[in-house]
Amino acid sequence: MRKFLFQGLLRSPLTEPAPALDEAAVAELAGALTKASRRRLGRSLSIREVDAGSCNGCELEIHALGNSFYDLERFGLRFVASPRHADVLLVTGPVTKNMREALERTYAATPDPKWVVAVGDCAFNGGVFAGSYACVGAVSEVIPVDLHIRGCPPEPVALLKGLIALVENRT
Amino acid sequence: MQSGRAIEQSRPWPRHVVDHTSWLRAIREISKGHGDMLGLWSDGADVHMLLLDHESSDIGIVSIECPNGRFPSVGHMHPPALRLERAIRDIYGLQADGSSDFRHWLDHGRWGVRHPGAKPEPSEASGEAYAFLAAEGAPLHQIPVGPVHAGIIEPGHFRFSANGEVVVRLEERFGYVHKGIEQLMADAPLDRAARLAGRVSGDSTVAYALAFANAVESALEVQVPGRAVYLRALMAELERLANHIGDIGAICNDASFSLMHTHASILRERVLRASRLCFGHRLMMDRIVPGGVIDDLTMEGAVALHALLSGAKKIIPRFVDLYGDTTSIQDRTVGAGFLGSKLVKQYGCGGVIGRASGRGFDARRTPGYAPYPELSFKVGSAHAGDVDARVWVRFDEIKASFGLIEQILDKMPEGPIRIESFPEPSETREGAALVEGFRGDIFVWVRLDASGAVRRCHPRDPSWFQWPLLEAVIEGNIVADFPLCNKSFNCSYSGHDL
Repeated sequence: MRKFLFQGLLRSPLTEPAPALDEAAVAELAGALTKASRRRLGRSLSIREVDAGSCNGCELEIHALGNSFYDLERFGLRFVASPRHADVLLVTGPVTKNMREALERTYAATPDPKWVVAVGDCAFNGGVFAGSYACVGAVSEVIPVDLHIRGCPPEPVALLKGLIALVENRT
Repeated sequence: MQSGRAIEQSRPWPRHVVDHTSWLRAIREISKGHGDMLGLWSDGADVHMLLLDHESSDIGIVSIECPNGRFPSVGHMHPPALRLERAIRDIYGLQADGSSDFRHWLDHGRWGVRHPGAKPEPSEASGEAYAFLAAEGAPLHQIPVGPVHAGIIEPGHFRFSANGEVVVRLEERFGYVHKGIEQLMADAPLDRAARLAGRVSGDSTVAYALAFANAVESALEVQVPGRAVYLRALMAELERLANHIGDIGAICNDASFSLMHTHASILRERVLRASRLCFGHRLMMDRIVPGGVIDDLTMEGAVALHALLSGAKKIIPRFVDLYGDTTSIQDRTVGAGFLGSKLVKQYGCGGVIGRASGRGFDARRTPGYAPYPELSFKVGSAHAGDVDARVWVRFDEIKASFGLIEQILDKMPEGPIRIESFPEPSETREGAALVEGFRGDIFVWVRLDASGAVRRCHPRDPSWFQWPLLEAVIEGNIVADFPLCNKSFNCSYSGHDL
């Protein structure tokens, strides 16, 4: 263990510079973020991830945000274990009918002000699962969505861009 | 397996339609341990069972017709079939006669339709209460967990009955991420079905795409070019590597050993970046298609892989030291979540979980598929059956994958990577494949119509035969060790729920 700890002291960090922001994402957020809520939350957000029927691909890439290359927490963003501690719901999947109520209840349990980020093509419009008897389709059909991050799955950099846009005061 | 009426168009394994008596005989044989049941599924009319005979290592499919919507229960004598039978009833409305469990499994009463796979009937979509098995006694209390969990993981429900800290019974309830994949695949053109197969379980997208492609190619009796076979294996080994590395980190993280998690996450990220550089997608989704692969490996890609390997081969022995020499993590993993070989063999439990408890099955060896018979590798094995053993088997398999990737890069033939068009079969054809994903053996069965489109497809995740064992493993452990035991299994929710 000593070796790893020494190495951590001596080597330069792997963490990469923050990606440039996606203009479209910023524009979409401009309407959603008000000055008042920014004042209340500062530049930090607590995120609760909800898998509403994903294939687990999006979860893998969301996980990757925590590794040393992307280091999500340096932007004031962190994942929390309960919707009651969250400002943001990060929702993936084509909202299966068996998960619809759980998603609605998670949203209801999240205190205001709150934002919903729909991650992945499935969360945008059902993706390859659109039209199934078992899926609702877009997350926006169940709860209001403030930001979409597309991709199948979106790469960590795309996720970072969207999430940084959420905390940055660029409007 | 050989009795009854043979179906001519079934490849590569024979399929026989059998009568009641032979069906029951087959069940008796597997319940006595003379063979493994590797799958149980329906196409809406018949019920099929995939069998592996231990004596001859032969694989075969037996089918029973269900003219009255009923078939003799397999789960009645062979419990691993119980959940599969419940799923068959929910999707196709076929009843297992003699089964002891008639609760719905995938159907939570929310689809607005009953048995969507065959003669669907509209129904209320108001949701149904689920009758969990009782655990009674004054000191017992229940802890309901899920479907929304605390971590960034898939949804499912766990119902613990605990006596203080000690778990007396765990009962799982799944189906939350059921997306109706089998019905979306029915009557889909090949390319759409392949995309769906690649999204049954996103962490195993390569293995599923490979199993689907192998099944289709078997059905159509086409050979893909040698270079494509090697590129497929390369992707499969990269996927295995990324997942096993991630899992070792995640298991340690669930015992609060975050140093290992941090370093494992870095290595996993390097594997994903190399995969993206080589094949254009970090998880390599949609890269394997029936007929071959869509991306060739460039010189730049090969150089990146060699660099990845030389770095990883240096760091993994240090991970081994870090894990093996840190007594605080060993204290948590050794002896926790014990799984005995009897259950593993009964359930035909594959992957790391089976191999850590003495069942050496690996689809790359049995039945084996190209190019693995041409490559040398050691299958991981252990007998201790605890969380610790499942970590060590993962280390074994990581090392095996290093060797495999080197051999693949070394031996990869030149040439085309895809066949351009398929012959139209002009008759119904059936194909099947077993592929070793990082979690275990993935089975895909497909029936193609005369035009070559998918008529029916059934993907079976290894988790079907692993999830039930987690219930057994946790008994007698403390509640706080559940995340550790669960992560050491790392079963799929999406692959199971379909």
